[in-house]
Amino acid sequence: MSDRSRAGARRRPQRHLPLQVLLGFLVVYFLVPFWWVIVNSSKDAPGLFGGGNTLWFADQIDYLGNLSQLFTYDGGIYGRWILNSTLYALAGGIGATILSVMAGYGFAKYRFAARRFSFALVLGALMVPATALVIPTFIMFAELGLTNTIWAVILPSLLNPFGVYLMHVYARDAVPDEILDAARADGAGEIRTFLRIAFPLMRPAVVTVLLLSAVASWNNYFLPLAMLSDNRLFPVTVGLGLWQGIASANNAGSTSLWSLIIMGALVSVIPLVIAFFTLQRHWRGGLSLGGLR
Amino acid sequence: MGWLFVGPFGIVFLAFLIAPLAYALYLSLFQKRLIGGTSFVFLDNYVKAFTDPSFLSGSWFVIRFSLVAIPLQIIVALAMALILDAVTSLFTRFSRLMIFLPYAIPTVIGAVMWGFLYSKSFGPLSDIFGLFGATPPDFLSSNLIFYGLVNVVTWQWAGYYMIILYAALQGIDPTLYEAARMDGAGKWQIALRIKIPLIAPALLLILVFSLIGTLQFFNEPQILRSLAAGTIGPDFTPNMYAYQQAFSLANFNYGSAISFALGGIVFIGVYVFLFFTRKRRSFL
Repeated sequence: MSDRSRAGARRRPQRHLPLQVLLGFLVVYFLVPFWWVIVNSSKDAPGLFGGGNTLWFADQIDYLGNLSQLFTYDGGIYGRWILNSTLYALAGGIGATILSVMAGYGFAKYRFAARRFSFALVLGALMVPATALVIPTFIMFAELGLTNTIWAVILPSLLNPFGVYLMHVYARDAVPDEILDAARADGAGEIRTFLRIAFPLMRPAVVTVLLLSAVASWNNYFLPLAMLSDNRLFPVTVGLGLWQGIASANNAGSTSLWSLIIMGALVSVIPLVIAFFTLQRHWRGGLSLGGLR
Repeated sequence: MGWLFVGPFGIVFLAFLIAPLAYALYLSLFQKRLIGGTSFVFLDNYVKAFTDPSFLSGSWFVIRFSLVAIPLQIIVALAMALILDAVTSLFTRFSRLMIFLPYAIPTVIGAVMWGFLYSKSFGPLSDIFGLFGATPPDFLSSNLIFYGLVNVVTWQWAGYYMIILYAALQGIDPTLYEAARMDGAGKWQIALRIKIPLIAPALLLILVFSLIGTLQFFNEPQILRSLAAGTIGPDFTPNMYAYQQAFSLANFNYGSAISFALGGIVFIGVYVFLFFTRKRRSFL
């Protein structure tokens, strides 16, 4: 990074106006859906369907009214969905990260029987479509009585082969064998060496894997859609999908549901957008880690 | 000692990857009939799948969709990454963030949002096209749903791919550009002859990930289905068809066979792709 900026400083300052204008159009394209949702979540049903400008505010701006409707509709089910999503993202994300960090470190720093074969299996697993696993996992869970419980969503999210791969790459390069050997020579056990010496060195990649796994759980749709039938256990993705299906099925009778869905879409993206802006350094770090190797 | 660290992941790996795959394979070899119960039919379900017009048309759709959507996303992402790499200003830093923003949005919510924009009742398309006196395109109609979906996935993923490519571009040693300039290379030549070849591993990584993702296409068409009544059937993509068979019709054997066949297509597709590009493959 610093090399690049120095090289940039040496060059003549260049404006590249046409490129910046092109970029401006692209930014508008990427922001239009957000803008639409921000504007239209301020409208009530007449404002929404009244044929006014769809990309600008109506006369009535009623964010608070829509918000309170959103969180009180059907006994406050939407609030539950957000909490469920949070629970699934945290439990799945933290669990998957712990397993990935340990496994990545193990693969990078130990020599053991079947290591190469096991690691090849993990890499092969990157190519297995996650959705191919959902149907058999559902039947296995049904036999164990686990379907329609939170475990049906959390347990499968613990599997993150990509996290293992990232941690393997990072541990291999960022944790020198000499330091580990020195710690062992000082009498530290393997677990203590891992926790006290290796883990702090791996921390930047740990944060990245945590973010990627938590976001993957938060975004998950197919798995909870298949596993859950009780709508009080739904994450917000499945919940909004359900509302959208209901609202489209009887278009005339459910105009008020549409304003809830729009407000619901806005509220559901806020936590991730905040996480995204505050933690962008970690996102980019991990993505380049995956891309460069 | 290594197994101490790898073991916990290994258990999850066996329980939620190997076991379901083996179980899906097992299930796919049986059939449940009203009379006679469940019986072993070996590969009959696969024979049925590969002659089933629903599965074949769905597979054909995701293959066609991959051929259009993946190159489009990668070209857009590459162009944006090259611009952002070449021009540094406050505005480009802002743009980088805004273009990446859709990645933070769950695909389901992205599809819901584009569903709003495509909607005839409250979408802006009729306003915009009305200004020019033109009829607005209906991206939820059977003619245009393909492009409607291409647009949704491009919006969703191009920024993510852009960031990966941008990070790879930033990792290039800038003295290479100085050397190329000394030799008389222009900006375009530097981009085409130096930058793009050097980020080939990142481009391949993106290609593989987008191929795996697109062949499993499910979330976006499933969400837009309720808006595009009649346009998107329950067998629109192989994954939707497998879902319908398993969860709407409780036909788990055939559903497993379809998802296993789809998994096989993805695995073989990716494997063949990696085989033909193995010289450049340095990311795995």
